[in-house]
Amino acid sequence: MPSAPLDTRYQIETPEGIDLPLRPAGLLPRARAFAFDLGVRGLLMGILLVPLALLGNIGIGLGSLLLFLVSWWYMVLFEVLNQGCSPGKQVMGMRVVQDDGTPIGWSASLIRNLLRFVDMLPFGYFLGAISCLQHPNFKRLGDLAAGTLVVYRELPLARPKVPQAPALRLPFALDLSEQRAILNFAERQGELSAERVQELASILATPLQVSPARAVEQLNGVARGLLGPT
Amino acid sequence: MKQSLFESRHQPQWQAFAEQLTQLEQGKAKAAELADFPHQYRRLCQHLAMAQERGYSSYLVDPLQQLALRGHQQLYRHRSQLGANVLAFLLAGFPRLVREQWRFVLIASLLFFGSLVGIALLVYLFPELIYSVVSPQQVAEMHSMYDPDASRLGRVAERASSEDWMMFGYYVMHNIGIAFQTFAAGLLFGLGSVFFLIFNGLIIGAISGHLTEIGYGQTFWSFVIGHGAFELSAIALAGAAGLQLGWALIAPGHLTRGESLRLAARKSVQMLCGVMLFLLIAAFIEAYWSSTTAIAPWVKYLVGAGLWLLVAAYLTLAGRTRHAPE
Repeated sequence: MPSAPLDTRYQIETPEGIDLPLRPAGLLPRARAFAFDLGVRGLLMGILLVPLALLGNIGIGLGSLLLFLVSWWYMVLFEVLNQGCSPGKQVMGMRVVQDDGTPIGWSASLIRNLLRFVDMLPFGYFLGAISCLQHPNFKRLGDLAAGTLVVYRELPLARPKVPQAPALRLPFALDLSEQRAILNFAERQGELSAERVQELASILATPLQVSPARAVEQLNGVARGLLGPT
Repeated sequence: MKQSLFESRHQPQWQAFAEQLTQLEQGKAKAAELADFPHQYRRLCQHLAMAQERGYSSYLVDPLQQLALRGHQQLYRHRSQLGANVLAFLLAGFPRLVREQWRFVLIASLLFFGSLVGIALLVYLFPELIYSVVSPQQVAEMHSMYDPDASRLGRVAERASSEDWMMFGYYVMHNIGIAFQTFAAGLLFGLGSVFFLIFNGLIIGAISGHLTEIGYGQTFWSFVIGHGAFELSAIALAGAAGLQLGWALIAPGHLTRGESLRLAARKSVQMLCGVMLFLLIAAFIEAYWSSTTAIAPWVKYLVGAGLWLLVAAYLTLAGRTRHAPE
């Protein structure tokens, strides 16, 4: 485990003593999610206001209530009732959580969305963008006050097959990071070109005491050996 | 233990746990089936720790991590302080909170009511001042709204109930919007709240001073006195909540600024819930009571005074007893 990763992972430690990594979302995907939400709201208002306009005064009253709901409560309702996802965040594969990784509640969601007003000052999310860009976890001012975080939702992983090779045991012991590196190499070589796989494997040709041409097969064999019989 | 053995031994448990999680996330889980959820979650955490410690491949560790994260989100939640006990909040929590934050409430009230009364007196004494605060079109609009002659002619018939509806919606949107702005702007070291408090105070004060001065006082005051009790105090309270945010940034005490802001935000958002309630009541009164012209002005003044007393008594007295109904 690298101690200080260069990426933007945000580690939370659970009471069970394990570290769970979250991946905070940056300014651009968040801006896109907001634009999507804005579009949805505009469309919603457009569709609902036409029949309401035909209702006369009651329609105007209901319309203002609707405008109030959509402009101040749209985000809050979706975030609390839909596992932290407004439609825009859902589309962009993001969600809002509290700083400790727990789901967002009413008061936190209310704070972060009311303070959106300040993030928008003086124009076009200027303060929010500055705050978002300078913060290590990309928080805007509302997130700072509410103690919330916008993270990428975890997507289900498809597991690749380790290539067939006769299982091998190395004559020397591997430490944990070496084990994981070899397993990663074996599992992820489908994503790489054949030349790159060859190039990576040949780095280890000398310690494995094989010719560079046979290094890939050798490494796959070691990985098989580590996995055990399937 | 080799990875494949570990995996084949525990795979069914992980699958069962994942199914349970899906049910929980969709809100379909039954209480009886969930009795062993914490146990299963902790076992999963143990498996995850073992998998990491034994250097198993990341395609095994990552899905386990995802499961643990989902389980963590289902098992641990912040207890919502709102909503859970609305009644206790109304009967005791909100007035207690207002009294606890009395410094901010006092400053906000002084800013808001001070500027309101001050400018009202000034405009009353120097009538032409109104045009430096409010635009001429707005003044003309106010004239037509509160002209005693016009109201005798134009509003003889009761306003149609549909119009009440329209105004209710409008008041909710407009007033709660103003309160939210006043609150949120407090994040700018309190300056935004100070600005909105004084600004709103000036506008309201100037108009009331002006209308009284030109002799429209009767129509104006009988209209505003009733809902004013809730509306004006709500704006002052929203300002107080905003000032609290700003003060948390200016003087965080022994906390970091971020931590102090988070704590203040928790409190002030509760205050804001009370403010929203006040404004809903105000919008209701404004649309259905204040606007009726069939009732004699003195009745309205009486009821209005009663409402002011009610608000004052509620904020100062409610929830004083230790065993308040909770």
